[in-house]
Amino acid sequence: MNALTLWFHKIGSPPTFYRIAGAFAPWLFGVALVLGAIALYGGLVMAPRDYQQGDAYRIIFVHVPCAWMGLFAYAFMAVNAFIALVWRIKLSEILAMASAPVGAAFTFVTLVTGSIWGKPMWGTWWTWDARLTSELVLLFLYLGVIGLYHAIEDRRQAARAASFLALIGIVNVPIVHFSVNWWNTLHQGQTVRLMGESHITGAMVWPLLLMALATHIWFFASVFARSRVGLLELEGGKDWAREVALADAGDAMVTSHV
Amino acid sequence: MKPGSTFGACAALVRRDLTLIWRRRGDALNPILFALIVVALFPFALGPEPDNLRRIAAGVVFVALLLSGLLALDTLFRGDYEDGSLEQLVLSPHPLALLLACKIAVHWLTTALPLLLVAPLLAEMLNLPHAVLPVLLAALALATPLLSLIGAVCVALTVGMRRSGMLLALLVLPLYVPVLIFGAGACNAAQAGLAFLAPLLWLGAGLVLAIVLAPLACAAALKISLS
Amino acid sequence: MSDFLAMGGYGSYIWPAYAVFVVVLAIDAIAPRLRRKHVLAEIRGKLKRRQARGATP
Repeated sequence: MNALTLWFHKIGSPPTFYRIAGAFAPWLFGVALVLGAIALYGGLVMAPRDYQQGDAYRIIFVHVPCAWMGLFAYAFMAVNAFIALVWRIKLSEILAMASAPVGAAFTFVTLVTGSIWGKPMWGTWWTWDARLTSELVLLFLYLGVIGLYHAIEDRRQAARAASFLALIGIVNVPIVHFSVNWWNTLHQGQTVRLMGESHITGAMVWPLLLMALATHIWFFASVFARSRVGLLELEGGKDWAREVALADAGDAMVTSHV
Repeated sequence: MKPGSTFGACAALVRRDLTLIWRRRGDALNPILFALIVVALFPFALGPEPDNLRRIAAGVVFVALLLSGLLALDTLFRGDYEDGSLEQLVLSPHPLALLLACKIAVHWLTTALPLLLVAPLLAEMLNLPHAVLPVLLAALALATPLLSLIGAVCVALTVGMRRSGMLLALLVLPLYVPVLIFGAGACNAAQAGLAFLAPLLWLGAGLVLAIVLAPLACAAALKISLS
Repeated sequence: MSDFLAMGGYGSYIWPAYAVFVVVLAIDAIAPRLRRKHVLAEIRGKLKRRQARGATP
């Protein structure tokens, strides 16, 4: 077995991943918080006022990164769901199920901040246009995956059923992304492009991109933290999980005697 | 039709399901009654003004049939799950997807087809313009099998759960929304005098895709939830 | 400072939006910690019950 395959198998082992994720998660949270704070400062204080929307446009610095994360989280979940269904790798099951609540949270924030932004700009808290509707449908997909995962008792079967549902729902993701192009919609079109020129000025784009980076890092931090708990739940009867549980009790006793 | 052949198995399954439903043919009225009640509630809620009702008629009929179908979905696998024949079906040497396609077809025939026959009455209760009725029936004829197929996949994921009603509704909703958008959209376009063929064609395309893929997905989902 | 808070008249929209962002992410960070405590306590409980029964772990 070559080194890469060996490394891959080692990472997939629950106690190993538990340790690695535990080492990385606090740092990832920290970096995300710092980058996010800088991005917030750049967006709220440094970026100039928009000539059309005044200061209201500043909601973009949370709304758009959360929207991107909602879609990214679903893609991450779907990839792990596919691996979990085809190769039955425990870690993929756990990672897929861990990313669902995080993706749901980002999608929820997208909908709420978008609604708040829409009130002064479009005069309405909500409209049933293509992008908003498909984003709401995305939230329901997340809730369905989470609900199905918690409705089945056997954790591995539950993860497989929920992964299957996640893959069925993936067709909605490109619909959300491209809805602003395909349908006439109230929501504005793409301003930031991966290829080609973006229609947004420099002082406004760097806080946006930095916040996008911060939310990506936060996503991985959160998924790592949640998958650690998921692994403990799944492997509760194993020695390594018991050792963690006893060590945790030991810590608790020490701190309570201090 | 040799016994032991796949065609024999499908035919036997269809005959069995039809016989079972015929023995409880009173139950077939339940979806119809539910749809009637739902539609009847709207004039009470919105007032009997014919113009008010006319504007929402197509959409309300669509939603009523969707909800009735949702309630009826539970009966697709429940009986077989409870007496163990579903497991036998999954274990059979014949292609599971084909057997499930037959089951879903019989289910559509016995739950959705009666609803389709009642649809003109429902439309009349809400003063739908008569010119729109053919479009409504065409849209429903394309949408109801699609809803049955999509619903079957989601029911397969929740088969055997005791109180799965709410969860099932949550699972199917994101997948039903596009069907509803195109189906009701075609009717509303026809009512406004606009072109309505495109949404119907989209529904048709979706239906063809679902006829091929949904039984396969349903089989995979059943294997997961019965494992 | 009050100019900053007013945000050109849009303050009552911007600050609640940012507050939702912060609060939801805070819940996202805290919820796994609480669940982890619960899961670890459950594992300890199961272990104790097994040992009380005298079963080999």
